[in-house]
Amino acid sequence: MKQPTARGNVSALLLEITTGEPPAADKVKHLEDAVRTALARTADVVVEDDLQLTLFCLYELHYSGLDGAAEGWEWDPGLIRVRQLIEAVFEERLRTAVVVDAAPEPTSDAVAAELFRMTGEDTGPSMSRFVAREANAEQLREFLIQKSIYQLKEADPHTWAIPRLTGRAKAALVEIQADEYGGGHPDRMHSALFARTMRAVGLDDTYGAYIDAAPAITLASTNMMSLFGLNRRLRGAIVGHLTAYEMTSSQPNRLYARGFARHGYGEDATGYFEEHVEADAVHEQIAGRDLAGGLVEADPRLLGDVLFGAAAALLVDSWMTRHIMDAWAEGRSSLQPDRSFAA
Amino acid sequence: MSPADPAPRAGDARSGPPAASIVACPDGPLLVRGEFEVVTPDGEALPRTRRTVALCRCGASVLKPYCDGSHKLIGFKTEPPAP
Repeated sequence: MKQPTARGNVSALLLEITTGEPPAADKVKHLEDAVRTALARTADVVVEDDLQLTLFCLYELHYSGLDGAAEGWEWDPGLIRVRQLIEAVFEERLRTAVVVDAAPEPTSDAVAAELFRMTGEDTGPSMSRFVAREANAEQLREFLIQKSIYQLKEADPHTWAIPRLTGRAKAALVEIQADEYGGGHPDRMHSALFARTMRAVGLDDTYGAYIDAAPAITLASTNMMSLFGLNRRLRGAIVGHLTAYEMTSSQPNRLYARGFARHGYGEDATGYFEEHVEADAVHEQIAGRDLAGGLVEADPRLLGDVLFGAAAALLVDSWMTRHIMDAWAEGRSSLQPDRSFAA
Repeated sequence: MSPADPAPRAGDARSGPPAASIVACPDGPLLVRGEFEVVTPDGEALPRTRRTVALCRCGASVLKPYCDGSHKLIGFKTEPPAP
């Protein structure tokens, strides 16, 4: 990913460190101290730009890497320690905010039914209805820029979980992910279909091209997936997260497609959304019963984290939606200020 | 038939596992896995872009014969409500 622009002293320090060679113990210690200070000072880590960008960059070392960063930084013990400092506060913030109000029997059917119930409840403003009926051309582009932070690496954070699962749950996750990755056809990968949509509306489809435009809440939404995906102890949460995503996708994507068609865009723009209507109607069934349900049947202790991951996915996405819709309601951009990416 | 093949099951004329399986999802579609073809009433193969498909069972999908999740919007139930 291209080097983002720093948003404060913590991310500036990290970017400076990673352009050199590891180890750099003194500088990393300095970074750790700065992170501790920033964490102590922040009122809400979810919307703290400097810390969310820092966490995003630390995770990115495990995905596409950072342009100009030495690859040896990925497993540098000092940077892992810094990552864990931010992760601990971030996870605590999520666990405090998320409400899980039911504990179904640890059976496949009961877990699937509870997840369908949770994801079927209306939670806050609807982005999809607005996009379908009202969003103007600039808002559609802004919507894609916001989504691009995750969708250009769609499915990757959940893939970390595959070797941590066994049996029915593992087979289910691989079945879903194989479809996400195009079933052997690179041009049908969901990330590739999203890139095609971006090109169709004249946006740059390079991964990370709009990282500087993404507000903290958008980075936090993707960081949450990496947090759940990269920590084995949170395998229940990443499974719950994916299940919630699959269960809240078919109908919104039909409405997104309608919004782009309303503005005269063709299949090259709407194809990504139309694909998800059909794909996720399949995936939600596999995810509910075989992935989430199968995991809980194999290890009932993970039930709480499966529900937590699902509820966290819904809650953080409702925060992100609110951030965007509030900005639009006030007639301004939801992207980072002083940048003109949507123009 | 190779020596490693499992014995035919009772009532099953073929050997080995079935070529396809269908899961009747509670309050949802029919999930079809394996080797199969979805055809029109005239026998023409319908376009299919994924290995496992969900077939509409509630009648409300706009992508029929495939599921589009509409069963959740119309409150489709596969079992009668408890008395």
